Amino acid sequence: MLWNQFKNPQDIQRIVKAINEMDIPPIKIMEICGTHTMAIAKSGIRSLLPQNVKLISGPGCPVCVTPIERIDSIIELAKNRDVVIATYGDMLKVPGSKYGESLERLKAIGANVEMVYSAIDAVELAKHNKDKKVVFLGIGFETTTPGTSLAIQAAKKAGIKNFFVFSMHKLVEPILRGLIEMPDFDINGFICPGHVSVILGERGLEFLVKEYKIPSVICGFEAGDILTSIYKIMLQIKEGNAKLENEYMRAVSYEGNRKAFQSIFEYFEPCDDLWRGIGLVPMSGLKLKEEFSEYDAIEHFKIKLDNTDKETACKCGEVIKGKQQPTGCPLFGKTCTPENPVGPCMVSSEGACAAYYKYQVI
Amino acid sequence: MCLAVPLKITEINGNDALAEIEGVKRKIRVDFIENPSVGDYVIVHAGFAIEKLEEEHALENLKLIKEVTDALESI
Ligand code: SF4
Repeated sequence: MLWNQFKNPQDIQRIVKAINEMDIPPIKIMEICGTHTMAIAKSGIRSLLPQNVKLISGPGCPVCVTPIERIDSIIELAKNRDVVIATYGDMLKVPGSKYGESLERLKAIGANVEMVYSAIDAVELAKHNKDKKVVFLGIGFETTTPGTSLAIQAAKKAGIKNFFVFSMHKLVEPILRGLIEMPDFDINGFICPGHVSVILGERGLEFLVKEYKIPSVICGFEAGDILTSIYKIMLQIKEGNAKLENEYMRAVSYEGNRKAFQSIFEYFEPCDDLWRGIGLVPMSGLKLKEEFSEYDAIEHFKIKLDNTDKETACKCGEVIKGKQQPTGCPLFGKTCTPENPVGPCMVSSEGACAAYYKYQVI
Repeated sequence: MCLAVPLKITEINGNDALAEIEGVKRKIRVDFIENPSVGDYVIVHAGFAIEKLEEEHALENLKLIKEVTDALESI
């Protein structure tokens, strides 16, 4: 099939050879998106690269960037018998700050926690549980938020009053700016998130090159895509010519998906937001607009958002910033495993620690 | 949450659709896609199709990778 040709072994061999033969100083390339982290670990790409080319996982796993303060607020909410928590599966196992607490454990002792595949499913849940208040956990970036927008639209249209959104949605541009502007930022190139780029379009990532002159390539998810993108980034670095290239042209246009993009700002507006291990980043989060506050779980349940990032034993914050590899965490594979995760990077199917553990990247 | 591979639309009913990957069918929504039709390949994220993949663009994309590898061949 056409799509399989993006992992043609012959092409891959040739690109790997060229990457290894390129004379280049030590560099660090960050993959921003969690699905890339998984694809890279799964295909064993790290082991094909020369010593001087390091791939670093960035802040693109939605569960991993959710701070423990928010997990605690969600867990408190789940203890309310009138509430049904509707969530993507990845959030279920994330531990709160109290020992042994997670949504999964609460569910086991009778709390109403339901896994959904899409935000629309949560609206359906509300429709069929009129005596409960269904709270959908809105996590994710520009790729997932449009779905939440449509869910609110659907609830409004159907006159559903027992559907709420706990928005922890985030925006990619402000966090990338935040990372780049950190004093110890040392990434030489970006593998840009493929699906976020589908929504934002090439134009949404141009700032990386125009303002910061960092070599950047929008990249697909097959081994051929990723290796081609790494090669292109290396070439840009070698030639001292930073530009934004689009390797994922089968899915990403210059304009992006405007319909999906605009739907975000119909229902949400930017606000300062807390990131795990990073802290408060200005205008990096999304909250429901005033006019839709009746669907806002934070308003309805008067949840006090704690915006101080607490220190934990888990080093996910450092992993997300690209400062530490999962294997460098003392808990990795010992106290912290996918069955018994200490931090969200080990829980999420897109988390760097889970990827390293599952595919045994050492 | 995010599926890295495209799914093929097999049924459409308004904004609801069924899409298939390796024989497994999933319910998806196609609100964000212009003129979706049966047989289209789409990228699906958290239950929503976020883009339609055109064969013509995929071929161009493959050409781009080939260009890189062909250039390497001639070195
Ligand atoms: S191995 Fe576990 S504790 Fe360590 S950073 Fe990863 S998720 Fe956190």
